[in-house]
Amino acid sequence: MGRCPEGAEGEATWSLQLRPRGIPLRPSATSPAKLGEETGARLTLVFEQLLNGVQLGVMLFLLAAGLTLVFGIMGVINLAHGSLYMIGAYAGAVVAAKTGSFLVAFPSALLAAAAVGMLMEAIVVRRLYARDHLDQVLATFALILIFNELITIAFGRQPLFVSVPPVLNGSVELLPGLKYPAYRLAIIFVGLLVGIGLYGLIQHTRVGMLVRAGATHRDMVRALGVDVRLLCTLVFGLGALLAGLAGVMAGPILAVQVGMGEQILIMTFVVVVIGGVGSIRGAFFGALIVGIVDTLLRAFLPSLLRQVMQGSEADALGAGLASMGVYLLMAVVLLVRPRGLFAVHA
Amino acid sequence: MPSLTRLLTLTGAVAVLIALPFVAEALGTPAATTLVTSMLIYGIAAASLNLALGYGGLVSFGHAAFLGLGGYVVGILYQHFVSEAPVFGWFAGTNRLVITVPAAMLVCGLVAACIGALSLRTSGVQFIMITLAFAQMLFFLFVSLKAYGGDDGLIVRRRNVLPGIDTRDDTTFYFVCLAIAAGCWWLMQRFARSRFGLVLAGVRQSERRMAALGFTPYAYKLVGFIVSGMGTGLAGALLANHLRFVSPDMLHWTKSGELMVMVVLGGVGTLSGPWLGAAALVALETTFAAWSENWQIFLGLVLLVVVLLTRGGLDRLLRLMRGRGAS
Amino acid sequence: MTSLLEVRGLAKRFGGLVVTDDVDLDVRDGEIHALIGPNGAGKTTLINQLCGELPSDRGTIRLADEMLNPLSVGQRVRRGLARTFQIAQLLADDTVLDNVALAVQARCGHSFRFLADARRDIVVREAACGYIADAGLMSRLDEPVADLSHGEQKQLEVAVALATNPKLLLLDEPMAGLGHGESRQMVDALGALKGRLAMLLVEHDMDAVFALADRISVLVYGRIVATGTPDEIRDNAEVRIAYLGEGDS
Repeated sequence: MGRCPEGAEGEATWSLQLRPRGIPLRPSATSPAKLGEETGARLTLVFEQLLNGVQLGVMLFLLAAGLTLVFGIMGVINLAHGSLYMIGAYAGAVVAAKTGSFLVAFPSALLAAAAVGMLMEAIVVRRLYARDHLDQVLATFALILIFNELITIAFGRQPLFVSVPPVLNGSVELLPGLKYPAYRLAIIFVGLLVGIGLYGLIQHTRVGMLVRAGATHRDMVRALGVDVRLLCTLVFGLGALLAGLAGVMAGPILAVQVGMGEQILIMTFVVVVIGGVGSIRGAFFGALIVGIVDTLLRAFLPSLLRQVMQGSEADALGAGLASMGVYLLMAVVLLVRPRGLFAVHA
Repeated sequence: MPSLTRLLTLTGAVAVLIALPFVAEALGTPAATTLVTSMLIYGIAAASLNLALGYGGLVSFGHAAFLGLGGYVVGILYQHFVSEAPVFGWFAGTNRLVITVPAAMLVCGLVAACIGALSLRTSGVQFIMITLAFAQMLFFLFVSLKAYGGDDGLIVRRRNVLPGIDTRDDTTFYFVCLAIAAGCWWLMQRFARSRFGLVLAGVRQSERRMAALGFTPYAYKLVGFIVSGMGTGLAGALLANHLRFVSPDMLHWTKSGELMVMVVLGGVGTLSGPWLGAAALVALETTFAAWSENWQIFLGLVLLVVVLLTRGGLDRLLRLMRGRGAS
Repeated sequence: MTSLLEVRGLAKRFGGLVVTDDVDLDVRDGEIHALIGPNGAGKTTLINQLCGELPSDRGTIRLADEMLNPLSVGQRVRRGLARTFQIAQLLADDTVLDNVALAVQARCGHSFRFLADARRDIVVREAACGYIADAGLMSRLDEPVADLSHGEQKQLEVAVALATNPKLLLLDEPMAGLGHGESRQMVDALGALKGRLAMLLVEHDMDAVFALADRISVLVYGRIVATGTPDEIRDNAEVRIAYLGEGDS
């Protein structure tokens, strides 16, 4: 019952499954041996981890934005949001394997996630708008169990491997001596694009204005005269699309497996709490903060600890403390700003 | 004044529970005793969660943290007892139940105070997310403690001892758990009717109203959360003894979900609900697991149906059946 | 003459909107001081600021010479400031007796008692019955609040507030939603309390206001434009224009 050794490799190694069993780790770009000697190499490493942090942050943002939109507008907490991420990843992996083309896999994954999302909304989530949070939590928790088992039945418990699309397979030299994987840069790029798009939506449309004001779908109906059912389905579909996008992009750099959704979901919750429930801006900055803090801790804490402790114990403790890092950060934010850093005035 | 039917049902249930191990032995199914022991232990956990969730309206999705913490207190104390090395270089380990159980409750109370003090500054979905996150944090902590088994968990070779009682015997341990469960039942009943219980229930219905009466809702929610955590810790300590094993899985968020399911299946905010729910869920899980490796899908479907179609109705139905003042 | 409640320079704004604009207000011991004003004048906001639900930007609130500003809602209630809600905030699942008993319990020692059955506390229950009898609701003693009529719920609101033994009672539109007969009952009930405690009565029902009030303050766009006896207010031209002259009330 092993768990991947986390930390120094600099991978986002938070892909633990529901009942973890021997998850193989993908080979990484950097190795611990690089650490320590030259300052130049060290600086390069820091930059690299910083970029990794931004990349993780961007993925968290995609998830957090969808989650917070659904919660902000419809007042529903959706634990199965992580399942949509997982579906995007699996759809992408399976279609890529079948067709050998990422170009086909990508939109297929988005379509799959959006479709499942809207189905989820129509069958289950729609009945939860009027219910209290406990009911919403339990119903969506049930959905997680169902989705996870369906995926297990269809694809088994072993993780699927997706290769990086050939066109993005190389590295880009950002600065002299700093080479960074093109694929990860692409993820950052896509995420920022989505960020800009959502920003435009929030700042320059009437719907966005209502979101900023913390309006619920009832208020929106009154203010815009829209069909509330359609609005809810579309918002949910958008959230699902974003989750699927994060999932399909995650495929090549993480192991695609059952339970991947819940791990990132909990970190997404931390993002939403830190950023402020219902705030897209909060989701963005919260995600970047969490992504960077988490990645830097995982990259450097174990090696820092190795200077005062035994090798393997330091690794394990370092990995553990690094995992705890963002939660402690959340605790600090709660002390100072219980409603989050960019709380919406609702 | 408890009605006659209620009294009879209660007496009947107690009689069945006392007779169970002997009947199981006679029928050649001793596994039934261990199964019901699990039900009792989870019943204690669910009833404790019910105090926060049902009476206090605090949707805590992190109560597994207390279950696991309670278990680890037992496990760690046992390990140090066996190795004879002092815990944190300070005090000796122990295998005495009279020490490990209160210790587990104390630790859980302190942790609940910390988590609660922070989390209760928020409400609604934030509270749910925060309790989940803190529990996850503790999960990662225990995974990283290689000295205490890490991901593989900790084996507690022998159950904690009680003076004059052989806890290694499953039937004896069953009665120990039954006695403790009965004590918890009694305590919960008293809490629900006490001044504290009434205020907590009032805070759940309307914090605004309670503040307007002169109460400080935060204080009552915090105390409710702490007591709830302690009770779940007690269950965790017993569970570690029952299974003779502790692992980070006890702190996994799905375990928190299971505890909530137990409370809901039986009826939120009722006295006997959590016990019935715990028994039902343990029974369901055991049955489903026997059918298929993918049993969680059945659990998910059952839960979905219960929540979507009947939960509102089940609650109301139960309340009608029990009449006023019985919960 | 010393005031029981002394409000000076109270102000509150939401972004660009000023809801409370430098309000000065006095309520004397034993008097019924009515607060009237057109819709949107900020009356309920003022009540929320006084009782502590809404923090003020500026200004002081003193009750019997004690500064209330830093105190929480519960702390203010324990100092003797009670309020009723415009939309009744009662514990709907509980009985009439339970609701009032909780109010009595709040001032009868602390409530961190875990073992004794609170419903068998004779002292608390009898005191509660007293308030319920005064409100004329003894016939509904063991009924769940959800089964009460609107008028009965408003009466219960007052009874619950009185059960906290306040020095000053803030009443937020106690007549709202009441029929003719029920209004008369409420006016009689409040009139019976005259002299026993001070009241700040926010109301739209002018008959009730002029029947009960010792003094009236008029709030328009968050500002107090006039304070005086009912006669003085009736004759005040500015008030007429701003409020009374704006149609039937």
